[in-house]
Amino acid sequence: MKAPELKDISRRKFLKKAGGVTFLISAGALLPTLYSRTSDNINAENKISAWVRIDENEQITILNPAAEMGQGSMTALAVIIAEELDVDWTRVHIQDSPIEPDTYGMQWGGQLGGPMITVGSRTVRGYFNGLRLAGAQARKILMQSAATKWNVPLSEVSTSLGEVTHLASGKTLTYGQIATSLKVPEKLPEVSESDLRKPEDFRLIGKKIMRFDIPAKVDGTAIFSIDVQLPGMLYGVIARSPVNGSQPTLLNEAEIVARKGIFKVVRLDHGIGLVGESFELCQEARKLLRIEWTKDSKAQDYQSVAAFDQYHQLANASSAGEVIQNDGDAHKILQSATKTYESYYKNDFVYHAQMEPLNAVVSVAEDGKSAEAWVGSQAHDSARRAVANVLGIAFEDVNYHPCYLGGGFGRRSLAGYVEETTHLSNAVKRPVKLIWSREDDVQYGAFRPISLQRMQASVDGEGTIHAWSHHVVGTGDGLLASGAKNPYYTIPNQYIDLRSIDHGVRTKHWRSVGHGPNKYASEAFIDEIALDLGKDPYQMRRHLLRNNPRELKVLDKVAEMCQWGSVVMEGRARGMAFAERSGALVGGVAEISVDRENGKIKVHHFWCAMDAGVVVQPDNTVAQLEGGVIFGLSSVLHESITFKDGAVEQSNFHNYPIARMSDAPESIECYILPSQEAPMGVGEASTPVVGGAIANAFLALTGKALYHMPFTADRVKEVLAV
Amino acid sequence: MKISFNLNQKSVDVEVDDGATLLWTLRDKFELTGAKYACGIAQCGSCTVHLDGNPVRACILPMRAVEGRSITTIEGLGAEHLHPLQEAWIKEQVPQCGYCQTGQIMQAAALLNKNPNPDRDEIVSFMDGVLCRCGAYMRIIKAIQSVSTKG
Repeated sequence: MKAPELKDISRRKFLKKAGGVTFLISAGALLPTLYSRTSDNINAENKISAWVRIDENEQITILNPAAEMGQGSMTALAVIIAEELDVDWTRVHIQDSPIEPDTYGMQWGGQLGGPMITVGSRTVRGYFNGLRLAGAQARKILMQSAATKWNVPLSEVSTSLGEVTHLASGKTLTYGQIATSLKVPEKLPEVSESDLRKPEDFRLIGKKIMRFDIPAKVDGTAIFSIDVQLPGMLYGVIARSPVNGSQPTLLNEAEIVARKGIFKVVRLDHGIGLVGESFELCQEARKLLRIEWTKDSKAQDYQSVAAFDQYHQLANASSAGEVIQNDGDAHKILQSATKTYESYYKNDFVYHAQMEPLNAVVSVAEDGKSAEAWVGSQAHDSARRAVANVLGIAFEDVNYHPCYLGGGFGRRSLAGYVEETTHLSNAVKRPVKLIWSREDDVQYGAFRPISLQRMQASVDGEGTIHAWSHHVVGTGDGLLASGAKNPYYTIPNQYIDLRSIDHGVRTKHWRSVGHGPNKYASEAFIDEIALDLGKDPYQMRRHLLRNNPRELKVLDKVAEMCQWGSVVMEGRARGMAFAERSGALVGGVAEISVDRENGKIKVHHFWCAMDAGVVVQPDNTVAQLEGGVIFGLSSVLHESITFKDGAVEQSNFHNYPIARMSDAPESIECYILPSQEAPMGVGEASTPVVGGAIANAFLALTGKALYHMPFTADRVKEVLAV
Repeated sequence: MKISFNLNQKSVDVEVDDGATLLWTLRDKFELTGAKYACGIAQCGSCTVHLDGNPVRACILPMRAVEGRSITTIEGLGAEHLHPLQEAWIKEQVPQCGYCQTGQIMQAAALLNKNPNPDRDEIVSFMDGVLCRCGAYMRIIKAIQSVSTKG
């Protein structure tokens, strides 16, 4: 085998090997304003990658590698770099990085360069160390350059807010002045922990920093992919399989193509695409499509309501599922214990309902050998690759523009809608904006799976839970299992397993994934046991957390915040829950009332305490906690997708209601525990405690347990009538 | 058909298809993309604009109904400077994904035009038709209150 020639080793790879992180400062012209969010200029630079640009006017441009879908991480990542680079935040601009995972991927197995994927509340966690080092390395290069120029030792120079100073001589150079004549050294300076700023000296991390994307989001200039307008652009819509896997035969193509404004009918495996002049004309023509769908797909006979019977059988079957945890001998103890408990909890499918329906803009070149794409994706690298794969061209031949996401919540990490758009554009060799109508977005959704949780426990003579069994049953495999374990609770005998059936319907991660259903079941079950034993649910949890002081502190904090145990207004009650998600520890308390006439639960107040290690943007994190509570509340009280004969029965917000302002509590009080531990994920942290907190408040108020999420008015009335 | 109306303080004429709605006309013919498509059936309010000062859902408003009327969109709300609500939205760091926020602001602006000092219940009842999936409701209420108490 021929040894690789030196010239084959790109500069980027060399730098990465040498420095451990990829970083380069380049002096350059002022970059486009933040509102344009195009990465053309950066792509044009011979593919030399960079996190930071500094220009002679002292503008600092920091590149954002992650999807911005409302979670605020485009600002958080820039804060991390700016902290170590030691710059004046008011001079910082943020711009999307090129979609080049080798350079801009998150830390995956210790080093940057993993996937560019914004999921699982991983962004700040996944970039924190790498970007601190990148910022520190940039600072060191600037210092070295100044020290060389002044002919003084590096150890004698220091930085402060965008300036390098040699204290002894009083000489100062701004970063901008250095950058204009900077030659990046062949060998980048080594940086390590000791080069990083001490947490007590942080000027930006942990402070209230205004989010960079917000001004554009209040004056209407923020560009989501649905807002992209191109010369000669056409619209696309697709009539997709009502039942997953069924395939279409179009019976009246000639009639459709003859319609005013319709350019092309595109036959796809899973649907019939229309390309036309406007979204409205496409939608009108679509109503006239006569399509015969195959009837032999796996999902064809799926009835989601009836499926719970099947799950019950499976939950009670003696054969084990996929074992998730097996400590001690839970089942032996459950059989012999004198005091045992058993409950079943059900969860319906839920839909993402991100406000911006799926859409993308793709423009395939006349010769089909290149393309340009504008996409809001949680996985920009796989979206770019999806365009390339459909066309059979190289990744690099797709000029890709990341756009803001009008919500993601897990839905936008699939690239199917990008593939579809590419097919439509390829059929007409013109720019096409494919829009999923809201009905498409609901009916061709990919849902957090339905599940049934069979919980069993036993207590010893002192009322301490000593055995715990949890069968997670439903569809969606691993999606069901997330959050099934409660490693912070000390229970010596625990058995948890997963029993999943494939019905052939689409399932997907949904903000906090299985944590919603699993934490609801675990936390509600604990309160049922506490009620039976006459124990206070807070004290019960304190005892369960006895070996985990960090978690215990969080629980104590939320109890203190709501003055747990104090008198609650007549007709109301409080419920508590605890959860860990993406490393963040959260205690939540809900105060509710119930209208016994109409069955409506009202959440009046919510308290939330969290320990998530170092929190980069506390105000934004509080916004995430507040939003996570309302998102959770929405799913817990309202949201349900059902399938009949394999087809989704809901279609829009009239029959898939989500939380409105009138559902919002009067207050949501959040507290972030100070910590210098590694940062954890905050974007989903508060969602999983909501189900348990509301169910437990209901139990305290009425003495009755709620066993089926969502706790809709009808279900509540049924429970109260028994 | 040709429709003449006032758009963000300017007289405009536009040629549209018979079934055209205000939302897609604004977005495609005037390149005003601040009003968003989200449900298409007036269930979510992301497309909210003002028709003669009243909040309407542009996604179901036929262009025929716009003839001779005045439309204000988020792009025309602040004119030279940001509207006080837009400033409050920044100060309170309201938006998350931001997709519904132009609709929220237009709805809130219409509220304050009618009732400069709404109490919390009045805010909630007037704003209830505009959905925010990110759950920014607490901050929306706070931002509106911060402007209304000033007035």
